[in-house]
Amino acid sequence: MLQNTLDRYATRTSIVHDLDPRVKVVATLLAILSVLLLPDGAWVAYFLTWCAVLAVAYAARLGAAFILRRSLVALPFALVAITLVFTLPGQIIFTLQLGAWELKASDAGLMRFAGILARSWLSVQLAILLTATTRAPDLLHALRHLRVPGLLVTILAFMLRYLFVLVDEVERLLRARQARSALSTAGKGGGSLLWRARVAGNMTGQLFLRSFERSDRIYNAMLARGFRGRFVTINPHTMRQRDWMALGLALAVLVVVQWLGRVLS
Amino acid sequence: MNTALLAHLWEEIVAPRMHIPDGFLSWPVALIFWVITIGLLLVAVRKTQQQLGERQIPLMGVMAAFIFAAQMINFPVAGGTSGHLLGGVLAAAMLGPWAGMLVMACVIIVQGLLFQDGGLLVMGANIFNMGLVTAALGSLYHGLAGRQSKGVRLVTAGVLAWLSVVAGALFTALELGFSGTSPFGVAVPAMLSVHVLIGIGEGLITMAALAFVMQVRPDLEAVEAVRTGGGRGWVVVGLVIALIVVVLSPIASANPDGLERVAIDMGFEKMAAAPPYELLPDYVIPFLGETPLSTILAGVIGALVVAAVAFAVGRALHRRAATA
Repeated sequence: MLQNTLDRYATRTSIVHDLDPRVKVVATLLAILSVLLLPDGAWVAYFLTWCAVLAVAYAARLGAAFILRRSLVALPFALVAITLVFTLPGQIIFTLQLGAWELKASDAGLMRFAGILARSWLSVQLAILLTATTRAPDLLHALRHLRVPGLLVTILAFMLRYLFVLVDEVERLLRARQARSALSTAGKGGGSLLWRARVAGNMTGQLFLRSFERSDRIYNAMLARGFRGRFVTINPHTMRQRDWMALGLALAVLVVVQWLGRVLS
Repeated sequence: MNTALLAHLWEEIVAPRMHIPDGFLSWPVALIFWVITIGLLLVAVRKTQQQLGERQIPLMGVMAAFIFAAQMINFPVAGGTSGHLLGGVLAAAMLGPWAGMLVMACVIIVQGLLFQDGGLLVMGANIFNMGLVTAALGSLYHGLAGRQSKGVRLVTAGVLAWLSVVAGALFTALELGFSGTSPFGVAVPAMLSVHVLIGIGEGLITMAALAFVMQVRPDLEAVEAVRTGGGRGWVVVGLVIALIVVVLSPIASANPDGLERVAIDMGFEKMAAAPPYELLPDYVIPFLGETPLSTILAGVIGALVVAAVAFAVGRALHRRAATA
């Protein structure tokens, strides 16, 4: 089930899906860096970046609604920065009366908060674009080309292959627990806190043993199929002309965005 | 000023989350933690390759998937909150510190890369907070209690697991503070007070999981081939992290206003004397308007110093392992 949600978009076909994964990884990282480097209040540059995100999403036939819905993931964390509105010194814009508390919002604080919010929201959308247009094995292959240590990439590859198997395993464990422990009115699943923690710990230990034993079987099965220490791919991943062009276009857009951000802020 | 109320709001909604998204750390902070993380991971890759056979590679992949999946096992604590595992100490206890670090790093990479749980440019900091710090503390499990009785081992694991969550939260809060994203006086006390409680869940689950494994497969605890390191060097690393948490936390809860100064002093001491002090303001309020050259230089110098320290530590550990 989880597998579906991941691959539903990444296995589509479009100009963006077809690009070399290295181009997409590098362009995404540079775009997020560009967003991070934009000063507060460079609204034109932020807007332009957002337009670029939407344009890529359109070219990838993803739909803006999907991107927007997924981008809400990072929203709760935005409250980390809301304190800045009331703690940074500056001109007082409004005062919030909350019971005995009086919160003074400053313009500098509000500006900084809005900037952080814009930057994180754009960054998340960029990351979503990358994931939604690149299949996970291609992503890993790109990491290998970008000099990420082979051991790490191999571990990641194994992890992705068995992630969904183990997540299904957890779902079975959770369902079994739910079926066997009645909910009290307080919403606690039976027993004391210690008891509940122990049940969760036993489930974790059980999952560990199942995973451990599974990895042994996996290795034997792989040896039986001729595994010689590393993965091979039938996708050659060579940079074509349009890959270079896409990378050039991305760089050009980022340079313009940065320039506008400095000039018009 | 009204930091108490803000801290309360913060505690309710944000603090239980430790995956920092992009945009919340300034680029010097993100860069420094990337350098530390890459340095440590490169050492971990080398050590693991030296000490593990081909057979252990699928094991580590499956263990990373296990930690990811085990984080979904939760249990109701109180008032609608639930406890669940972070898993760093468990991973290090089962696999040894270096392999544990790699496994935890993979978990956080997948969470950030595929599920947008945590950002990409700040991933270095996320891996450090939730993977490297926790696995380093977990290495104390074998260093301190390796030959003790079952009860002592379990209690040690529980305390370390609790401490690992608090340490991760502390580093997260300090990074947010240094980035100018949240005032130290709000972030540190809020983050700590929440994770002191969340950590209890981590400790209990880790203890119970280890107890279960000890009972069902006592032979697994003795699989020495799987474990890499766990020597005296790790005890020092783990103790230093523990000390940082133990010393900083009471200061944070007792005196949130005076914390900023302390955090800057201690934080930068801990980051191995990063950039010169006169450049500090650039860290607290990064690039409003033009990016000053001094900030860039400070970031680069800091990164280089930290990289040097990371490699020196790696070298020292390597030599120690070679002589042992």
